[in-house]
Amino acid sequence: MNPALRWLFAAALAASATACVTINIYFPAAAAEKAADRIIDEVWQMREGAGSAPATPPAAGEAK
Amino acid sequence: MKFGSMQPRSLSGCVAALFVGLVLALSAHAQGNLEIDTPAISALRKTMQQRHAQLAPLYASGAVGIAADGTVSLRDAAAVPLAQRAQANAAVAAENADRAALYREIARANGHPEWEAEVRRTFAQRWLERAQPGWWVQQGTSWSRK
Repeated sequence: MNPALRWLFAAALAASATACVTINIYFPAAAAEKAADRIIDEVWQMREGAGSAPATPPAAGEAK
Repeated sequence: MKFGSMQPRSLSGCVAALFVGLVLALSAHAQGNLEIDTPAISALRKTMQQRHAQLAPLYASGAVGIAADGTVSLRDAAAVPLAQRAQANAAVAAENADRAALYREIARANGHPEWEAEVRRTFAQRWLERAQPGWWVQQGTSWSRK
């Protein structure tokens, strides 16, 4: 490989590495939500379905 | 500069390799999960799970509520029999200490200690949303029964 080309390649590699680091600074909100849900499942032991708890029968009218 | 001498094949090879590398790095990041399986985080998850047995009746009675800032709060001490009040207080304090440590550890385990506040905000929102019917939750500064 010719030296000029090698230099160019190295510069491009360095630039793209910097770009990756820059992207990584943003907070990954979706991943954090997923992580939170996993931990909440475990701590509150809700693993058997996030649906309605059968303990309270739905009262008359609209139950939220 | 002697760009005239560069061979097209090797240049396109370099560009292709660079592109593939970049795409791999981006996709790995985009679909990434947060690291929550370090020993410190696992230990916190376990103690919080065990403490939940003690806190669940307090949530149900309304003595303890899910606060808006990612903590739990003893919002109605009178709902706890006097003899158990100190114990309830201690459980709330221990839970909040563990939660603070959890948010800090998650941020640190992922190489960004400065994410702690955002991790806390995300958890706060999820705790509130997933609170069971009948539990007290705090929105803004006001409490309501879910």
